[in-house]
Amino acid sequence: MKTTFLSHPKVRFGLVVVGFFVGLAVFGPWLTGTVLGIDPRANDISAIAAPPSSEHWLGTTQFGQDVLAQLIAGARGSMFVGVLAALIGTVLAIVFGVTAGFFGGRTDHILNFVTNLFMVMPVLPLIFIVSGYLQGTGLWMIAIIIGVFGWAGGARTLRAQTLSVRNRDFVLAMRMLGESNPRLIGAEVLPHLGGWIASMFLSAMIGAILAEAGLAFLGISDSGAISWGSMIQAAQSQSAVLRGLWWWFVPPGLCIALIGTAAAMLNFGVDELSNPKLRSATRRVVRRTRRVERAVAADARTA
Amino acid sequence: MTLAPQLTEVAAPTTRLRVPSRWAFLTRRLGFYLTAAWAAITLNFLLPRLMPGDPSIAIVDQLQRVSGRQLPPETLVSIQTLFGDPDANLGEQYLAYLGQLARFDLGTSISRFPTPVADLVAAGLPWTLMLVGTTTVLAFVIGTGLGVLTGWKAGGRFDAIVTPASTFISSVPYFWVALIALWVFAFELRWLPSSGGYDPDLEGPAFWLSALRYGILPAATIVFSAFGGWLLGMRNMTVTTVREDYVLLAQAKGLAPSRVVLRYAARNAMLPSFTGFALALGGVIGGALLTEIVFSYPGIGYLLYDSLTKRDYPVMQGVFLLIALTVLVANLIADSVYVFVDPRVREQG
Amino acid sequence: MSAPARTRSRTPAAAGRPANEVVLDVRDLTVEYIGPDGAVAACKDVTLSLRRGEILGIAGESGSGKSTLITALTRLQRPPATTTSGSITFHPADGRPGTDLVGLSARELRRMRWSTMSIVLQSAMDALNPVMRLGDQFVDVLRTHYPDLGRNGARDRTTELLAMVGISADRARSFPHEMSGGMRQRATIALALACEPELVVMDEPTTAVDVVMQRQILAQVLRLRREPGFAVIMVTHDLSLLLEAADRIAIMYAGRIVEVGTAAALYRDPAHPYTRGLRDSFPPLHAPLRTLQGIPGSPPDLRRLPSGCPFHPRCPVRVEACVSTTPALVPLPEQEAACLLLTPEESR
Repeated sequence: MKTTFLSHPKVRFGLVVVGFFVGLAVFGPWLTGTVLGIDPRANDISAIAAPPSSEHWLGTTQFGQDVLAQLIAGARGSMFVGVLAALIGTVLAIVFGVTAGFFGGRTDHILNFVTNLFMVMPVLPLIFIVSGYLQGTGLWMIAIIIGVFGWAGGARTLRAQTLSVRNRDFVLAMRMLGESNPRLIGAEVLPHLGGWIASMFLSAMIGAILAEAGLAFLGISDSGAISWGSMIQAAQSQSAVLRGLWWWFVPPGLCIALIGTAAAMLNFGVDELSNPKLRSATRRVVRRTRRVERAVAADARTA
Repeated sequence: MTLAPQLTEVAAPTTRLRVPSRWAFLTRRLGFYLTAAWAAITLNFLLPRLMPGDPSIAIVDQLQRVSGRQLPPETLVSIQTLFGDPDANLGEQYLAYLGQLARFDLGTSISRFPTPVADLVAAGLPWTLMLVGTTTVLAFVIGTGLGVLTGWKAGGRFDAIVTPASTFISSVPYFWVALIALWVFAFELRWLPSSGGYDPDLEGPAFWLSALRYGILPAATIVFSAFGGWLLGMRNMTVTTVREDYVLLAQAKGLAPSRVVLRYAARNAMLPSFTGFALALGGVIGGALLTEIVFSYPGIGYLLYDSLTKRDYPVMQGVFLLIALTVLVANLIADSVYVFVDPRVREQG
Repeated sequence: MSAPARTRSRTPAAAGRPANEVVLDVRDLTVEYIGPDGAVAACKDVTLSLRRGEILGIAGESGSGKSTLITALTRLQRPPATTTSGSITFHPADGRPGTDLVGLSARELRRMRWSTMSIVLQSAMDALNPVMRLGDQFVDVLRTHYPDLGRNGARDRTTELLAMVGISADRARSFPHEMSGGMRQRATIALALACEPELVVMDEPTTAVDVVMQRQILAQVLRLRREPGFAVIMVTHDLSLLLEAADRIAIMYAGRIVEVGTAAALYRDPAHPYTRGLRDSFPPLHAPLRTLQGIPGSPPDLRRLPSGCPFHPRCPVRVEACVSTTPALVPLPEQEAACLLLTPEESR
């Protein structure tokens, strides 16, 4: 099972890209400072808004800052918000979804109602408003706000999955044996939801990175921190688009899109591995089968 | 012919009674949305009161600075009703708040004093409704259509190109796509206007044509960024549905492929799109707001941005309340459509 | 794929009957699942023939290749399954020359579907489109194959078909979820007869309904196949059902046919040890109850088939040669069976 998981091309692509950005977030300062010798905040007066060159691989901003250095520093900001918000969101989704699904009845009724409320609330505008009140707070606060409001979709999935796990024989048997509920959830239910929780975490992380980028773009994220969103916002406010300074605003957007794609691919791959119907429809399977069909047809002609 | 009909018809009427009618389902959903609307209003009431500092005092200070004189007592009362009154208890405040909302009084804008918030929001809402409404429908139609095609021929060449491309596109932030579109089509190629929603110098039909022209780039941005999500969902649902027995049977019947795809596979694969509508719409709304900002489009997204940067709390709150209520109405519409496309109305509300 | 010619000369079709006595002639059909590590044969050299109006039962445990055989016969298979060798020849009743379904294009197949061969699937709940009214699911197939019928003609015919299985005409307006399980199953049988096919393939037609309904449905199939007249291939894991209903029975194990013969012969005197095991593991519907004996072990993994006779690890009467030699079907007076023990005795 492990080997099929890692040999799946979509999973592999996703893991490599997500791993790359996590590495960039962790080792970014060391990489920019020691290896490349560039500083995201230093202003090079000799190169203002300069296009990519051997000195500045991705060019410079209006303020003479190295775009590559900013991109690497931005990875840390964006990934920090993504991971923290996803952690909070996942925990909340588990609390609401698993509890509702496991206990059923009245508890389920109330929790499910709250989940549904959050589902139909326009979460992104809500996050904008709350951050608007707390203008200029740090990335910590931003991540908490995003996590606190963005868990409903995950909770719904987990509730449905818990319902199906709860009624399986082994859980019923453990219940009969008088196992306590928290232990049942921890030892029997959660392990079976591992795949769903992991995929939820990934989606939540991407959602949070996008939300933070949106907040930064609105100018209500942490004004001191560098993130991919704040890079785009800075470019936009300095009319980089009008002046065609594409190297300033294209790379951070590409990074967001790339990590989003990677996470989607990972989820897609996991879906394909767990759903045989999807698996039999992959390019590899179809091509392999067609090749054999053609060979058989060719044999029939020559025979 | 030989079978006794009474023997075979027994089970059916009882099953029929158990199935709730469409109207019962819709009534239940309506009840839920009314509760959700109440929750949104209450959230709107609580937000400023829960925030650190005292927004109501800040607003009064700012208004006095902007207008340069003492505020009239009725404006003061209105602000305290909306944003918190240190002297009144929460219950009284809440009742007064509801009363004021019932008169469509959302307070006064700070940055555009003394324009009432309700007027500002009412001016922006039609633009946003048009923009988001059209683009949501377009993105849904394009994404779902392509999703059926890729899902039906899953593993084929078209699927192998379109599906990964859509995965990438659906991960791109809206406002970034907007910036690229602005750069390429408005500044480099100069095909389309770069900002605003209409040409203010025109009137009559020419004005509407200009509105259409100004709307192309924002609309294209939203459709481009949003269709991928629908496509991916629909593709996987189609792949799963195509392997259902009833699609197999439809093929065995020798029906035309178009009929098998549309009436049997796609028709069923579409159903989860309606139940997942709320979540998808949330993403589109957020993205559309940011897109409006890039194009300075005169909708409520731009209004929200303007109010956020100017700390115009009354406008902020008003915009949020309106977005929340509009989303609820959109969801109710999606549910109503769902009831007519799925004869097995869902049990749970 | 070179199929050994051992079984060819023994099929009833080749045994001198006129060509139009036989409706379907399957020869050396091999269906493989193409995996990353090579192909797995889920059906291997299957040879069958079906006479007009006959009920041929195919029995086997799950994983024996029954379902694969159905999708191959009806040409409904999808990747990774593919037919790698063999032929499926359909002989029309009017004496025209037979057509090999394997070589047909999608368009040619579509024209032949339902009016020559139709199918009844295991679960009627899943086989009917949940968002279409029952009548519309009849009308669309009728109008596809009989374009001249018109909307009203198709509706009248639907009423007629439903009446044949005891469903009242107003049920045409119902959605599948509004009907009981038994009614749905009868509706799919009526649907299968819509275009007067010469052959109906039934995949576990009665497993999804209760015992009473099972009897009813079976009785209906037996009656209808004489009245409109059609042949049936009935695939099931329930041998006792076939012993009652089928004229002839083929037993499948690990993708091969291990025994085929008249129902009576297989009931009285099963030649293959697997058939004996199957017979003794089901309670007969009418005969006095005998001691039930299961077959020890479980069906083999098709990816790792045992050498020699695939049944040898579970076989109570295996000999040393079973491990190395794959048995061919051996002709016996009333049946054929593939077991090494049979060869020396019976071919004398």
